[in-house]
Amino acid sequence: MAERVLMRNFERPDSHTLAGYQATGGYQALRKAIGLGADAITAEVKQANLRGLGGAGFPTGTKWGFIPQKRTAPVYLVVNADEGEPGTFKDRYLLERDPHALIEGMLIAAYAIECETSFVYIRGEYVRPWRIFAEAVREAEGAGLLGRNILGSGFDHRIIVHRGAGAYICGEETGLISSLEGQKGWPKVKPPFPAVRGAFGAPTIVNNVETLCCLPPIIARGGQWFAALGTKSQGGTRMYSVSGHVARPGVYEASVSITLRDLIYREAGGIRGGRPLKAVVPGGSSAAILKADEIDVSMDVDGLKSAGTMAGSAGVIVMDETTCIPEALWVVARFYAHESCGQCTPCRECTGWIYKIAGRILAGKGVPQDPDTIVDVAKRGIGTTICAFYDGAIGPYISYVEKFRGEFDYHIRHGACDVHPGRAGRVPASAGAH
Amino acid sequence: MPTLTIDGKPVEVPPGTNLIEAARRVGIEVPHYCYHPALSIAGACRLCMVDIEKTPRPTIACNTLAADGMVVQTRTERVLETRRSVMEWHLINHPLDCPVCDQAGECWLQIYYMQHGLYEPRMIDDKVHKPKAVPLGRYVMLDAERCILCSRCVRFCDEVTKTGELGIFNRGDHSEIGVFPGSTLDNPYSGNVIDICPVGALTDRDFRFRVRVWYLERVKSICPGCARGCNIEVHTNTRRLHQSRGRRIARLKPRFNAGVNRWWMCDEGRYGFHPLDAPSRLQVPEVREPGARRVVAWPEMVATLAARLREASPGAVGVLLSPQMANEDLWMARRLFGEALGLSRHLDFRVPPPAPGFQDDFLIRADKNPNTRGAELIGGEPAGAADGAHVITAAAAGRLRVLWVFGHDLLASGWPPGEVRAALDRVGCLVFQGANANQTSERAHLVLPSAAYVERDGTFTNFEGRVQRFWPAVPPPGEARADWDILAEVARALDHDWRPARAEHVFRELAAAVPAFAGLDYRTLRDQGARVAEPTEAARS
Repeated sequence: MAERVLMRNFERPDSHTLAGYQATGGYQALRKAIGLGADAITAEVKQANLRGLGGAGFPTGTKWGFIPQKRTAPVYLVVNADEGEPGTFKDRYLLERDPHALIEGMLIAAYAIECETSFVYIRGEYVRPWRIFAEAVREAEGAGLLGRNILGSGFDHRIIVHRGAGAYICGEETGLISSLEGQKGWPKVKPPFPAVRGAFGAPTIVNNVETLCCLPPIIARGGQWFAALGTKSQGGTRMYSVSGHVARPGVYEASVSITLRDLIYREAGGIRGGRPLKAVVPGGSSAAILKADEIDVSMDVDGLKSAGTMAGSAGVIVMDETTCIPEALWVVARFYAHESCGQCTPCRECTGWIYKIAGRILAGKGVPQDPDTIVDVAKRGIGTTICAFYDGAIGPYISYVEKFRGEFDYHIRHGACDVHPGRAGRVPASAGAH
Repeated sequence: MPTLTIDGKPVEVPPGTNLIEAARRVGIEVPHYCYHPALSIAGACRLCMVDIEKTPRPTIACNTLAADGMVVQTRTERVLETRRSVMEWHLINHPLDCPVCDQAGECWLQIYYMQHGLYEPRMIDDKVHKPKAVPLGRYVMLDAERCILCSRCVRFCDEVTKTGELGIFNRGDHSEIGVFPGSTLDNPYSGNVIDICPVGALTDRDFRFRVRVWYLERVKSICPGCARGCNIEVHTNTRRLHQSRGRRIARLKPRFNAGVNRWWMCDEGRYGFHPLDAPSRLQVPEVREPGARRVVAWPEMVATLAARLREASPGAVGVLLSPQMANEDLWMARRLFGEALGLSRHLDFRVPPPAPGFQDDFLIRADKNPNTRGAELIGGEPAGAADGAHVITAAAAGRLRVLWVFGHDLLASGWPPGEVRAALDRVGCLVFQGANANQTSERAHLVLPSAAYVERDGTFTNFEGRVQRFWPAVPPPGEARADWDILAEVARALDHDWRPARAEHVFRELAAAVPAFAGLDYRTLRDQGARVAEPTEAARS
């Protein structure tokens, strides 16, 4: 196992407390960062090759640079702790087991972008992570790590913790901002981009929890060290949420250069019961699926992109041979149809349409053109929407059908499943409703 | 000023112009649903895609500002294919209501399907069902199934009226428009959401199912509901009266005028046309004697009226003109009463309303008359008096033999009805000239039917001094005639040989005689109007 950077404190029973965090050198990086100054922090982050770990993989230092030099409004930092991607559950571990690492990371980022107020948008369902994180904020406030004149540097900062009400789209950065502003959680048309005009009309940087948690180690040990942990174009390690048919589901930290095969077989203990692997989704539910013979691929942003899928949120969903792919598509299609915000036409209409087609195939009522319709509708929708939601949804739509076309055709031709013959013509319990 | 090319045509536009508007300048229509120039950019319908050189995919034109050197294509194969797809998506859950939908004929789903859709339908699954025929307020009916969620109506209520009654509820393809719980769409401008709805989702409860739109004629006009003078279109239906319960005027719609009402009009104005086709319309001249009503022909009426006027000395004739009358009418009244009859004392146009009118900071004015400014400019009241009460006082004192009232219902005015009634009872000859019967006309000895503003042409001068034309949309009922025409007829009977043939001639005379109107004529007014000259200090004193 590679060196633990993000999960370094997870084994300590008091890792979520200020005392526990400080016992392992916590908030020393903040002191160092303030000494370095804003420009040097950004330079260090750029040198670290840190890329956004929420899903998009955009270079973090570059993103900070989009804030206009001339501005009249304050700058806001918004932490995306909405973590709604199915198969992804890494941020909750950070919030629960190392909340002060996030606070310290936020302070470093805030210092770099000259921000006095930040918001943490926590997924509504994350009650326990919210309680623990909110307590950590109170502790930090009590210790003078938040508030006025932090560490005697003249730097002021406050954190506002905001809980979502349970909508996946509120994890999309502009949807998140709308929700934070008290509006319906609808993504906003771009331009303007949040760095220019974001929360409450002010320049805003939205960073993921895990991304910000990388900052204290980067400052403490240097961008060069962090960059060396990863690949040429992406530094560091990341936390992989491994779920599905593996022997040991859970969160694993590894370099971004680890292969998918090693992650499954070395870290997560291989497939449960020693069964053959059928397919893997490497980056959360919106990543295109990989077949069993496609897992010798490095898990960094570029490595997975070259394999026709994406690193996304590093939610690795493993499916063994007992998985019915049309059923898996129906499950994921239900999710996207349910969570589409409904604002723009292609996403609103096509997620619902494809969910209906998938349900019909599963119910044994498919027609021969259904698989082609799914792929065609999905492809036509690429890049036509306000946000990336639909471009995410098409990952499974297209790849499940193209890579497992035979299974879809079998369902359509025989009205039955070839993986679970006993489930012939099965109508999903909740088909049609979402 | 950015200069760009759209489909090869160079165009120069002001900075901040989006590509839909830029294309419009060179006659290229980029199809769209959610975009409306008066509202914020939603970017939701995704239909207005165009190709911009060096961008990897089609881009929405509504949210893209024209930039110098931009090369835009609106009809590439890729754009046409994208439009076709977007039309398919818009329609997969749209009900096949066309035969029974009252939007028929002006539905942009139909129009754009024919222009940009024409795909083979692939959707074979059940459509999503949503509420149908839900009243949102007094005037607006919602059919949620037909809604394409363009959010224009929501944005209108958020941004224009700032009343925020509407929202989009639920998610995904279950999203639907509705009013927030405990609210109804009853703001004073609610009817505008019907105009901006590009499909048949929001329909007009007053108009729906009355007459198909392809039977309508459209004529430009000016709303007479208040001093704003909103530019409107009168939609008339004279061919199928059986379908609209005898109503000739089917509906009023706002007409764009950047300087007056932009795209909008208020509900009070929009639905204020009902008296035009009401049974209370006066249609024939009548001489009324105790216990008898006698319909007379115009020549007899004019002769009778002229005789009454001749018998009375100028001091015994009272006249209450109306700020509801057109500039042309008021000018002809000034000539008749001033020049021909030499009246100066008992002449006014100001009758107070029973209660102050509602006013807001958008369109609606407290003054519910379309031509108060015109009446002031053309003259008609003696200086000094607060309103026309002096005319009533003269009548009450028995000093008037003839009182000629134009349109007003004096018994429903701000004056005490008892005093008005007593005064009217002392007038030997009460003349009422107007379009609709009222309590005052009921007491009149001579009743002269006037053509309403939709039945003639003329001009109103709004509170900002903008002179605006209206045109005849339907013929007057029965024997009704324009006020200026009746007045000129009476003047002729009094041996004054000026009888203009058209309203335009009257206006020409007016413009030549009244300095504020100098230089204006029907040609220069066109359909957007023109301001009167600001009175100079010399003219004021």
